[in-house]
Parts: sequence; structure tokens; C-alpha cells
Amino acid sequence: MSAHFKNIAIRLRKDILKMIYAAQSGHPGGSLSAIDVLTILFFDGFIKNDPQNPDWEDRDYFVLSKGHAAPALYAVLGEQGFFEKDNFFNIRQTDALLQGHPVIKIPGIEATTGSLGQGISVATGIAMGLKIDNKANKVFTLLGDGETQEGQVWEAAMSAAHHKLGNLVAIIDINGLQIDGKTCDVMQTNPVNQKFKAFGWEVLECDGHNHSEISQTLKKALEVKNKPVAIIAHTVKGKGISFMENNAGWHGKAPNESEFEQAMAELEMQI
Amino acid sequence: MNIATRAAFGEALVELSDQYPEIVTIDADLAGSLKTGAFKKKHPERAFNVGIAEQNLIGTAAGMAIAGKIPFACSFAVFSSGRPWEQIRNSVAYPKINVKIVGSHAGILTGEDGATHQALEDLALMRVLPNMQVFCPADANETKAVMHEIVKIKGPCYLRLGRDGVPVIYPENYKFEVGKGDILQQGNDATVIATGSLVGYALQAVRKLKEEDNLNVELINMASIKPIDDNLIINSAKKTGLVITAEDHQITGGLAGAVAEVLSEKQPTKMYRIGMQDQFGESGTPEDLYAKYGFNTENLYNRFKKILKK
Repeated sequence: MSAHFKNIAIRLRKDILKMIYAAQSGHPGGSLSAIDVLTILFFDGFIKNDPQNPDWEDRDYFVLSKGHAAPALYAVLGEQGFFEKDNFFNIRQTDALLQGHPVIKIPGIEATTGSLGQGISVATGIAMGLKIDNKANKVFTLLGDGETQEGQVWEAAMSAAHHKLGNLVAIIDINGLQIDGKTCDVMQTNPVNQKFKAFGWEVLECDGHNHSEISQTLKKALEVKNKPVAIIAHTVKGKGISFMENNAGWHGKAPNESEFEQAMAELEMQI
Repeated sequence: MNIATRAAFGEALVELSDQYPEIVTIDADLAGSLKTGAFKKKHPERAFNVGIAEQNLIGTAAGMAIAGKIPFACSFAVFSSGRPWEQIRNSVAYPKINVKIVGSHAGILTGEDGATHQALEDLALMRVLPNMQVFCPADANETKAVMHEIVKIKGPCYLRLGRDGVPVIYPENYKFEVGKGDILQQGNDATVIATGSLVGYALQAVRKLKEEDNLNVELINMASIKPIDDNLIINSAKKTGLVITAEDHQITGGLAGAVAEVLSEKQPTKMYRIGMQDQFGESGTPEDLYAKYGFNTENLYNRFKKILKK
């Protein structure tokens, strides 16, 4: 894939870290595991939206079900121009636009999320609402693998297949870690692909950091009609920063000054 | 004549369905009980069922509203307000999404199914949520009048309904105003503030007190639990100096809680609370349960009289 997307992803990773460093709180691990998928989703033409007109009737919808990856989505929306990037530097502060988890009042945010399991359910409702009116808008949602431990995910999964929501694509960011440790130790979620398949979904898989694979998988997903699609994206938590990769300790921790500088230097080297 | 408020809800959906093409119903396997069948018959493409899955009921409703619909998320009050409370808090109330949550089978009026299915906490659970408006109509005609108003509200609403029939006290063209209570009988000796299924019986009780005991009790029907009618409560309490609340709900957090909050801040007044006294219900016919727990006309008459004689 082109250096174009690689450079965007590096820029977004830097923005994620700048936000979390500025706030001295937030969730770097899951933001970094998700950012390559978001890069392709938003900058390779899969999501049609308009930063000048966030409520554009024909836009595609994106719901960040794993709401704690808010810095990743804010980085994307800031890059697209939904709001000024200056907002990155007072994220999580009193009176700031950018809340700790996504809220609907932020331009470009379609649903308030952060309580796990709820975003996919809301995305299902949006898809049903659009389907009533035979509208062509697509609905995308991104979940974490730990999040699939929530019962509501499976209530929504059952309903989306039952209602034949061909306009819904759910991407599962499988980074294998959650707050208390490895997902397979805390509560085994695998085989999550077979679970979605058994619930009646079309299931696709990809390397969640390989831009061309992500793009090809999304293209395939959009060809599926009359049933929802789950994309199992295999990722690395903390991807791109050596000392954060595959370390559950970086789920919800901010880097200190030297860690921040090292992280930015590592990203600079990747350009 | 007794009619269940849930039946009036089903009729109101049909009445409003052409004027509001955005209305959709979402049921969770209780469409028959919630009386959404007539709406589904008229608009099959606008009636949905998500199965026995109330967390997704609320999430789906939130999404439908985001897509521009006016969704009515319907189930028994225990399951539509209690089980998915946190979904309501975070997916509906906090973002102020235009979802109408309908809770039928509220109170011990639910009867034979017993305590698991008798919501006695729903007013408290919904009232505590910012952005949520809460309505508890007294009869079939007020239910329809409330429905005509809540479809105009662009935000979360909770509508409390009952399973069993309750006396019809309002005419068919009754107009309901959000945030207003309704004085059903004027009086100076005490104020009774009732809501929902107890209003009809309270009305018969205060009429009897007037006829047989020459006691003039002011009766207020408070269908608008939130926003509540502060001025009406304060003015009536100033006039009578004694307030009694009556509800088929726990005496904490619901109507009594709301009235106590108003009075203790603005017009401290001696209060008595009729309702469920920090207890669960049980199986029985609604008639028997209302008699046992002190909610029928005869009970209310005796309880009001005893309080007035203190």
C-alpha cells in the first residue's frame, strides 16, 4: 500500500500520543491497535462523510463501540477537519470539547459510547432505521475483543442477522489484551470468528495493521448483501511503540516525558 | 368503566402513526401485552421485535432515533426500565436521544405474575436520570393525551402503564400539559397527590369523604412526574397544610420522593406517603392485592380519614 496511508497513520499515532500525554490520562494501547483500521476506513474512501456538514443526510455512520479508543477517532476527525486540532491539547479537561469517551455533541461523533457493548447495539439500530427508508448509507462499528464479553454484543449480533442488516459492518479489533491481562486468561472470547458466523454473520479476517489487506477486506465486506459482516482484525495492542506493544499495562496509562519523547522519536523513524 | 392504560397506548400509537411517520415500535417479545399489534397491522414495516433482549432493545431504539425515527421501546416496566438501566443512562439519557421508553405492567396492579414482574421502582430509576422526562397517566384518555405530547418532545421520555383496567375519569378530548398536575377536586382540609392507577380510586375516596364526612380534600392527579408541577404542589400545601401522596410504587424515589423534594425545599409541610412500604409485592388478583396493600377506594377512604383525624 502507498506511503500515503502509512504517513497518515504515523501522523495519527503521533496525535493519539500527544493527546494522552497532554491529558496525562487515556488509553494508548487500544487506540494504537485500532488506528490502522480507522486510517483505511476514513481515508481510503470507505466512509463518506463531510466535515463541513457533519449531519449530511447521505453520510455513512461510524460508531466507536470500544469508546475508550476515543483518541484514535478524535485524531481521525481532527485530521478530516471536523474540529480544530487545537482541541487535542485540552482533551479530558474541564470545559473541553473532547471528552474522555466519545459524546454525540462532538462534530463527527454519531453515538455516545464508552460503556462497552452498547455501540454495536446502537449501530444496529441506526442500520435498521436507515433500512426502513431504503437508504444506501452504510454503518460501521469498531469493537474490542474484550468487549465481546458483554452480553449486549451478542443480543445485537443476533438481531442484526435476524433483521438482515446488509448495511452494517462490525470490525473487531483483536489485540488479545484487556485491562486485567490476556483476554484468553481473563475470559476466553475465541473462537470469536466462529461465534459471529454461528450468529448468522458473514465473517472476514485480516491483519489489522496491513493497509492493503484492510482495504481489500473492507471492499469484500461491502459486496455482501442481506447480512451483516464481521471483520476480525488481528492487531497488536500499542502497535508502533516498542515498549507499549503487547503490554496490557499500557491499556489506560499515559506516557511520562521521556516515554513520550521516545515514542515520538520511534514514530519519526518510521516515516 | 375500567380500561387498561396499555390498551389506550396501543390505540394512541395507531392514532398518531400517520401524522408522525417517524414513529416505530420496538418490542422485546411482549408485543401482545404492550398492545402494539394494531400499529403493526397498519404499518408492518415500522414495527420491530428484538426478541427477549432488553439491553439491545434500548441500544436499537437509540440507533433508530439517531437515524431520525421516533422509537417506542416497549416491554414490562421491570424489563424496559430496570434491566437495561445503564443502557438507558449512557446510550439514551446522557446523549439526550429521542427514545420513548414504555413500561407496562407497573405496580402490584400487574397481579398474578407476582413480584418479579411488578415494577415498583421504575419511577425512581427513570426520574433520577438527567434529560429524562417521566409520565404516569391515570386512565385511558389521559394516556392518549400524554402520548400526543410526548411525540412532540425531542428527547428521552418514560411512559408508565398498567396491565389491569383502571377507572376512566377523563373525557376523550382531555388535554395533557407537560409539567402540569390536574386538580380533580378542590378542598381545604388536606391535599392528596396521586399518580397512575391510584388516581381513580383516590377520586372515589375523596368524593366519599366529602359526602359522608364533610371533609374537603383537594385531589391532584400528578401524571407529569418529571418535570413535576412545583407551583401546584406548593400552593395546595400552603392552602391545606397537609399532604398525602398515593402511588402503586415504592414510597421512596417515586411520586412521594418528588413531592417531598419540592415541599422540603420550598414549603415544608407534614406529609404521609401511601404506596409500597419498602417491600415487594406477591401473586394475587389485582383486586385482592389492592385490598391487601391498601390501594382500593375503601382502603384509601379509611386511610385518608385516619390521617385527617390525627
